[in-house]
Amino acid sequence: MSSTGHATHKEPVAVVGIGQTKHVAARKDVSIAGLVREAAQRALEDAQLTWADIDAVVIGKAPDFFEGVMMPELYLADALGAVGKPMLRVHTAGSVGGSTALVASNLVASRVHRTVLTLAFEKQSESNAMWGLSLPIPFTQPLLAGAGGFFAPHVRAYMRRTGAPDHVGSLVAYKDRRNALKNPYAHLHEHGITLEKVQSSPMLWDPVRYSETCPSSDGACAMILTDRAGAARSPQPPAWMHGGAMRSEPTMFAGKDFVSPQAGKDCAADVYRQAGIADPRREIDAVEMYVPFSWYEPMWLENLGFADEGGGWKLTESGVTELDGDLPVNMSGGVLSTNPIGASGMIRFAEAALQVRGQAGEHQVDGARKVLGHAYGGGSQFFSMWLVGAQQPTS
Amino acid sequence: MREVAIVAFAQSDHLRTTDELSEVDMVMPVLHQVLAQTGLKTSDIGFTCSGSSDYLAGRAFSFTMTLDGVGAWPPISESHVEMDGAWAMYEAWVKLLTGEVDTALVYSYGKSSPGSVRDVLTRQLDPYYVAPLWPDSVALAALQAQALIDAGETDEPALAGIAARSRESASANSHAQVKGSVPQGDYEVQPLRKGDCPPVGDGAVAVILAAGDKARELCERPAWIRGMDHRIEAHSLGVRDLTDSPSTRLAAERAGAFERPVDTAELHAPFTSQEVVLRKALQLADDVTVNPSGGALAANPIMAAGLLRIGEAAARIHRGESDRALAHATSGPCLQQNLVAVLEGDAR
Repeated sequence: MSSTGHATHKEPVAVVGIGQTKHVAARKDVSIAGLVREAAQRALEDAQLTWADIDAVVIGKAPDFFEGVMMPELYLADALGAVGKPMLRVHTAGSVGGSTALVASNLVASRVHRTVLTLAFEKQSESNAMWGLSLPIPFTQPLLAGAGGFFAPHVRAYMRRTGAPDHVGSLVAYKDRRNALKNPYAHLHEHGITLEKVQSSPMLWDPVRYSETCPSSDGACAMILTDRAGAARSPQPPAWMHGGAMRSEPTMFAGKDFVSPQAGKDCAADVYRQAGIADPRREIDAVEMYVPFSWYEPMWLENLGFADEGGGWKLTESGVTELDGDLPVNMSGGVLSTNPIGASGMIRFAEAALQVRGQAGEHQVDGARKVLGHAYGGGSQFFSMWLVGAQQPTS
Repeated sequence: MREVAIVAFAQSDHLRTTDELSEVDMVMPVLHQVLAQTGLKTSDIGFTCSGSSDYLAGRAFSFTMTLDGVGAWPPISESHVEMDGAWAMYEAWVKLLTGEVDTALVYSYGKSSPGSVRDVLTRQLDPYYVAPLWPDSVALAALQAQALIDAGETDEPALAGIAARSRESASANSHAQVKGSVPQGDYEVQPLRKGDCPPVGDGAVAVILAAGDKARELCERPAWIRGMDHRIEAHSLGVRDLTDSPSTRLAAERAGAFERPVDTAELHAPFTSQEVVLRKALQLADDVTVNPSGGALAANPIMAAGLLRIGEAAARIHRGESDRALAHATSGPCLQQNLVAVLEGDAR
């Protein structure tokens, strides 16, 4: 709260349009501009708005090296109808899709703009993400063969700390890949997936198996954010933002808890405070969580306050996070089924909004009223989250 | 609109090469200086935002390491734009306008020395049709300069005058890279001579923003942000009138720049010819002091040079040398994207 006596009453922010591309390994039929325009147009159609209704554009993606275009927002200004408008480019590593939406939401909340298009994308087929992340820098730690190599030891630490049995990671992957079958936009549609297939897939970075790992996708996700007046004109039910926050901590230092980073805990606590959530496990209906490697579901369940320390894997194992469970996690199939890196965080945020609008189709959770969207990036150092609800917030 | 001001500003010396410094080494002293000016600690800051480019650093996620220079422990509320720091300040200003926080730390930095910045900047052009031709930033600026000369808006002696005035002004700026009497030199790309072009160099900059009474508490004469806006134009040079800058004009209008005259303008014009375009778009009167710091012709650390303009304008207000100043930042080829901030000091 402000200590300066200024009225801190913010404009409520509503999501009135959502658009995604069908995520695939390689969209060879479109340019980068074609890809982002497809998602933006779908979001406009959903909101029944035109390009002229958009006051500003906020775009995000992960490193420019992935496509080999420096500051691609300059080249994408035309494709996103931004000519003559403000255009901001956010980059906060893997959390960027979420951060981008939050920066856009602030434009509405501060009443600087009324209706904002926000979009995130990655066209990973235009390069190789692993090598895009592996540029040699002297005197720094080599990347340990991709993100999996970085995160696997922290999964091991989680298992050792909590006594989680070996099969929990496979359960998550089996669930998310089945959920993806119900989501027409998901990249991986593994018909005939079984738990045995997951468990017999090759070990990549012990204990993370091939089937417990996210794919590389081409895709984009867009949302239209607007104020109360815009929401009142919306042809579809809006999703209302009840809270949003970002937190960062250093990549590596002696006091860092890689299993459950403090920045993630603080970020969630800030969102819950804004949204008036006292007991997330009871008051939040579903979660779209950034889980690029299966074991991060139980780890983040604890970090986000849905389970006590050491209790995350028990929730997963008992089926609570299944689509028909008491706290569904990654109804869309999650990052494990779809990973256009820069867009992955925004997809979490957008899928949370789809749920509270009741428009998630076959992967809809009945009666979802409050849903959390979560993203993280870097070496578990950047976090962005929002909580959306079916009702306009009262405070 | 909530009252928000720039209350502190610090910058590095801008140097042709800084081989002995990492980005963190370059940023840390500037962060310490700007915090020391206010007495604030990292943990007192409500929001932190930075601007930089992976393409200059030559590695993905380069900003994740620079964050170490901030000392982000306990965890902080923080964000980053892959843009000039002027846009990071815009994000921070918007955050302050929501009322969620009362202070913000904004910084940006760029090291151009490790590579060929003229080549690097070609990578920000349309990747399918233009970037494969590698048209460099000086060649594109030369197209713009020639268009201005052809339109009768300037000539080579006038451009040389802009270069001379800028470097002369920079003589009083201890941080500047190129200052004093500098020969115009040979053509880089006709009609632009060496003197019409910015120096290539490394540097960092930081500002602190604060709202309302907090700003008055932290700074004797805060530089109040009366308005701030930015606009982008089409990317392709073929569909733009290079002798004009409608995005600058619109951003200035939205920022309230035309409501009353300004006494100072810090313009981010890396090339002399771009000052001609900006002066026209901003309707600057002849008595406005333009780029008293020397501007981007004296020091042009890429990704920091725009925020540097805002900081220099604010510092003049802090020192009582200006009452109402305009600051401008640009991004993209031939002034594609432009930001304008209007700053004012309290009446004296």
